[in-house]
Amino acid sequence: MTTTTIPGGQVGRSLSRLEAQDKVTGRAEYTHTMRIPGMLYGKIFRSTVAHGRIKSIDTGAARAVPGVHSIVTAEDVLKVIPNPYYGPAFHDQPILAIDKVRYVGEPVAVVLAFDPHVAEEAMQQIVAEYDELPAVYDEVEAMTSPVHVHDALKPAGTFADLKHLTGRKQTNIALDFRLRRGDADKAFAEALHVFDHTFRTQKVLHLPFEPFASIADARDRSLTLYTASQSPSFVRIEIARLLGWPENRVRVKVPFLGGGYGAKLYIKLEALVTALSMVARRPVKVALTMEEQFYTITKHPSTFRIKSAVDKDGRITARKCEVWWNGGAYADIGPRVTQKSGFTASGPYDIDNVEIDSYALYTNLTPAGALRGFGIPQLVWAYESHTDMIARALKLDPLEFRRKNILREGRPQATGTVLKDAAIETVLERVAERMNWTQPFDRGKGGVRRGRGIGIALKAVISPTTSVAIVNLYADGSCVLYCGTVDMGQGSDTAMAQVVGEVLNMPAETVRVMQRDTDVTPYDMGTLGSRSLFHMGHAVRLAAEEVRVKLQALARDVGVLDGSNIPVSELFKKKYGMQAGNIVGTGTYKPDYVPPDPATGLTPNATPFWMIAGAGAEVEIDTETGHVRITRLINVADCGKPINPKIVESQLSGAALMQLGFTMFEKMHIDGGQVTNASLADYKIPGIFDVPIVMENETVEAYQHNGPFGAKGIGEVATFCVSPAIANAIDDAVGVRLTELPLNPEAVLRALRAKDGNPLEDA
Amino acid sequence: MSAARTIRFTLNGEPVTAEVKPHHNVVEMLQTQFELHGARESCGQGLCGCCTVLVNGRAVSACLYLAPFVDGAEVTTVEHLATRDALDPVQEAFIETGAFQCGYCTPGFVLMTGQLLDEHPDPDDDQIRHYLTGNLCRCAAYPEIINAVKVAARKRQSRPTP
Repeated sequence: MTTTTIPGGQVGRSLSRLEAQDKVTGRAEYTHTMRIPGMLYGKIFRSTVAHGRIKSIDTGAARAVPGVHSIVTAEDVLKVIPNPYYGPAFHDQPILAIDKVRYVGEPVAVVLAFDPHVAEEAMQQIVAEYDELPAVYDEVEAMTSPVHVHDALKPAGTFADLKHLTGRKQTNIALDFRLRRGDADKAFAEALHVFDHTFRTQKVLHLPFEPFASIADARDRSLTLYTASQSPSFVRIEIARLLGWPENRVRVKVPFLGGGYGAKLYIKLEALVTALSMVARRPVKVALTMEEQFYTITKHPSTFRIKSAVDKDGRITARKCEVWWNGGAYADIGPRVTQKSGFTASGPYDIDNVEIDSYALYTNLTPAGALRGFGIPQLVWAYESHTDMIARALKLDPLEFRRKNILREGRPQATGTVLKDAAIETVLERVAERMNWTQPFDRGKGGVRRGRGIGIALKAVISPTTSVAIVNLYADGSCVLYCGTVDMGQGSDTAMAQVVGEVLNMPAETVRVMQRDTDVTPYDMGTLGSRSLFHMGHAVRLAAEEVRVKLQALARDVGVLDGSNIPVSELFKKKYGMQAGNIVGTGTYKPDYVPPDPATGLTPNATPFWMIAGAGAEVEIDTETGHVRITRLINVADCGKPINPKIVESQLSGAALMQLGFTMFEKMHIDGGQVTNASLADYKIPGIFDVPIVMENETVEAYQHNGPFGAKGIGEVATFCVSPAIANAIDDAVGVRLTELPLNPEAVLRALRAKDGNPLEDA
Repeated sequence: MSAARTIRFTLNGEPVTAEVKPHHNVVEMLQTQFELHGARESCGQGLCGCCTVLVNGRAVSACLYLAPFVDGAEVTTVEHLATRDALDPVQEAFIETGAFQCGYCTPGFVLMTGQLLDEHPDPDDDQIRHYLTGNLCRCAAYPEIINAVKVAARKRQSRPTP
């Protein structure tokens, strides 16, 4: 322990998750199944109209239901929280609707009761009347619609890049991000070929199996929240702001999450349960049903018009990207998706002249936020479909066309930031190799046709963000790690323990990772965007290194020479005369970052690291039914050096299969603003039969030089390329091009019939 | 709301009684009266399998199974599989193969795998997919789960059943 050599060996171990035993025995604790003494249950009464003024809320019949404790509306909320608007990017979302409702499913009132069934029954007796207003649902229409979802923009001030929006009125545009590099107009004027395509993605949602759940226990001078949150520090800060309290009076405890995928980010039910507990002066729990998740947060539907200029050699000389993000009724983190993903809209290609316009739009739909990729899967869907369409039109091999245009190490990305430690070429080549791209391919015959496709993508990590960690070494040599990264299944506790073990030379399974509790775990920006392993990994490394340095000092202090193998417990005994004392190390990490120039979107340092992914798909299509069978799915990624290869592989595989659902069948059907398939019976997600017959996952040999032990994040990357790889394979098989997700049998069949000049009638 | 009645049944090998109302499902009863949280309600429609328990040895969706109907029955939950000293081979296999991420659906998969192996000690891929099609995993750990079932089958065969 006191030696300066690093036997380590913890990084790179395929260790089972630290909490594995609790999970297989059913003993892992989740907020959704927690109860605390004296607790009331809240059931939410929701808006049935997409846009309207609230005329009246009749709670009389509900109040008369035996066992009802109380009924809470915005009027009650305003008494305890005078300015009850919350949100990470904009302070636009009321805890309960005030005067207006802006989407179907918006919380309007809450019934509280000790028996959740009583609360449910009473909730159904509430009657609200609305003056309906015209509504806007489509993101492109929202640009120019006379219907405005909000009267004025209210940026939160949390993010410096949104401040300029303050006070803008009569608009649905919550953010307009622009990037200008080179002279795109000139390049288009001189181009031999111009390709102009538009792609759309549908509304889908995270659907974690532990639906949203939060419990608040408000006292006069303190508040404790138990919540299924990916960002406990943000919850604490935002609740403290709403209450006008210092942070130290708000405590946020987060057990394991039953899935997150971006749904449980920033602030969701926490503001509501806080208000309810303050009104009722009792602990209150709100745990949503599966159906209610459809009224809470979704992925952004998007429209992306992409236009490329190509010269005689097949080089892309210019690209114009216009992306419209359907953010729903409240901004959530949408404006940041618009910018932070927007700037990679031109893809992993070396293009001198780029224009990007990326718009966050308010509409009268369930709010949209981050979903495993922060907008990147929507962009890659478009630009990698577009890439194939160009290659096909120019009769170039899609792989060769990509090789010709790929962004290489040391070259500037659209922002001007130079690519470093981004194994794009390697990932592309590994996909090609695993797909046996140069070998003959069986294309099927008769009514079964086969095809194959590939895709490649990059993402920048959200920046700048901060993580803080504490490592506490006890006098017996055991240690605890305090870090706010939320383990929602991605294995972060295990990976962070491996980092501690590596530095302090102890088996990772002996490191205890403290459950998230903002009273003891220090600040972390949030578990999002594949940032944690890099940022928190560094903070944890620094904290452990500080412990190591202090331990060496303690050893010298008690006269033990460097290089001695005296156990840690002996050093403490020598120092304190008994098993006593602690060594505490802290680490804070915030990477360098240069904000983009507001006029051009350019910056020399857009991100501390790049995420790189590629995918290849082989499909088999039944031309009679349009049914697509995925016979092979290859996922390749650059994650630097994997801290835990086994967990990394699970992350790649899980992300790809999740995206397979978003690609092939998942879709929220919406009629007049009303979701018509808000249940697992009507909204299909991937099951065991949807796993491709062959699925291979690979991380390429790589090293992230500024990463902790050469590592970087991996949680999202395998979602990026699945959709375009499959669409490209479908085109390869049957010569039809789908430009809208999902790629379900109906869409494929319609396209096949249209191609044959025998179109299906509209349903 | 209707009146409660007392039911008697066997829970994880022990005779128990519970006060249940006609609308209470087995998940709620297990959580509120026995503090067993391994069966969890998720979809509430019997589609995801997160709430799986065994009633008279058969896997059922406890979110759709009304509590009064287990009167006189034998109910087994995931909590009954491991002893103080040892995990069930299925649980061991799930850990060894990393067959879960968030863990919310895991008890359901573990119980359903147990039923599969009771009926088909050496299942092929089709049997595995068939039996587990009623269990969903949003983290999509399916490839690892299929692997776990195979490892569990080998473990069971090399070990006498208690």
